[in-house]
Amino acid sequence: MFEFLDLERYDLFGAFWVTVQLTFYSAVGSLIWGTILAGMRVSPVPIMRAFGTAYVHIFRNTPLTLIILACSQGLYFTLNFDMGAGKDLEALGFRLAVLGFVAYTATFVCEAVRSGINTVPVGQAEAARALGLNFFQVLRLIVLPQAYRSVVAPLANVLIALTKNTTIASAIGVAEASALMKAMIENEAQLIPIAAIFALGFIILTLPMGLFLGWVSKRVAVKR
Amino acid sequence: MKLRKASALAASVLALSLTATACGSSDDDNGGSGDGGGGKITVGIKFDQPGLGLKTPDGTFAGFDVDVATYIAGELGYTPENINFVESPSPERENLLKRGDVDFIVATYSITDTRKQEVDFAGPYFVAHQDLLIRADEDVTSEDDINNLTLCSVAGSTPAQRIKDEIAPDAGLFEQATYSECLAGLENGQVDAITTDDVILAGYAAQDQHQGKFKLAGLNLSDEFYGIGVQKGSDLRADINTAIQKMIDDGEWDAAIEKNVGPSGYAAEGAPEITETN
Repeated sequence: MFEFLDLERYDLFGAFWVTVQLTFYSAVGSLIWGTILAGMRVSPVPIMRAFGTAYVHIFRNTPLTLIILACSQGLYFTLNFDMGAGKDLEALGFRLAVLGFVAYTATFVCEAVRSGINTVPVGQAEAARALGLNFFQVLRLIVLPQAYRSVVAPLANVLIALTKNTTIASAIGVAEASALMKAMIENEAQLIPIAAIFALGFIILTLPMGLFLGWVSKRVAVKR
Repeated sequence: MKLRKASALAASVLALSLTATACGSSDDDNGGSGDGGGGKITVGIKFDQPGLGLKTPDGTFAGFDVDVATYIAGELGYTPENINFVESPSPERENLLKRGDVDFIVATYSITDTRKQEVDFAGPYFVAHQDLLIRADEDVTSEDDINNLTLCSVAGSTPAQRIKDEIAPDAGLFEQATYSECLAGLENGQVDAITTDDVILAGYAAQDQHQGKFKLAGLNLSDEFYGIGVQKGSDLRADINTAIQKMIDDGEWDAAIEKNVGPSGYAAEGAPEITETN
């Protein structure tokens, strides 16, 4: 049944490695950008709150395919913005895709972190402010460290969703797992067994991720 | 309590009537397999390929593949009103045939040995060649020049794989989801050429909004024999072959080519010899 699986011809592991890299860079990027957005949404400055709210609502509710396409069609094909990749098309597609994933996933990170911030008792922030800490110090030293510990599980969901979402990068030519799947189906005319292999590949990637982060979430949770 | 009983009754009535109507409508749609005359025939085509198989905004279908399908169905005894066109995206073509969801497929379906293990083909009814679509004021004259170009094609498609593996391994290659997405890049200069079968490219160049902007380079990079996919062992194959031959002989074939891809200036060669017989 799996005689079409010619690893010489189809670089299965290479394609999944690109998926892992896409996930890694997008996860790091969206954790940073999502935290900044969460900070904006709880900040005392109205214009920052308004920006954070508008950003989250627009990007969270736009289909990811559209965001990724806008990165390639809008930023590169129309505005000629090449992300510093020059004529290296592989790097270009990869960077445009990471940009799109960060822009989208950060909204979910932001909302998860914000819900974590809400679990920190108000008294903590009041006490910190009474010590003379400013807004950023309160956020960085008192609130966020406690907030993160309570949102490991929701962030694990975001990470798993992100891993699967990276398949959309094939729409702009990033050679990740689903791009290879399309090529294999085109050549081998065997939709179901090929799709099964790739489904299995994603389960192998995401299942340990979920189990590990579930365990971490129990370890670090703030007992209240 | 009474209210709950009433709503449960209402729900089951609703469910029953839904299943009943669902059965009814599927009876209407699937009279296709085999019975001629009053029944319907289901044909798989592409919905998104201008010049070949395109679903227009008003719900009708246009293109060369559609004309071929309509002619063949006519020869099999079905009037155009009795043809039920369904979309057959490339990855699903074999499964649509195997499950019997469609009677035959006319959708730029290249005859290959691996595909022949899964389905049977009639035809070929057309020979296409991989080519480049370039801006109208430029030229690509030889195959060697392609290595210096930035190309665009559909991810995972045979033409994209052939460029990478055989024709021009050094060329830059964008892989997009559809050919339409390559057109913006070609127009704005980030892409030098779009590559796939010439007749597909001609279909895009012949669209009203693109006329005069693009042209074909005229390089014959491959031979793609388009066949009509039928279920393995199907009796339809011989009848379809007869119908194709008739369409070629009576001039309808040439007329369909001229009508659908003529405006791009694409000169199709003659109809191919039918080779896929029992």
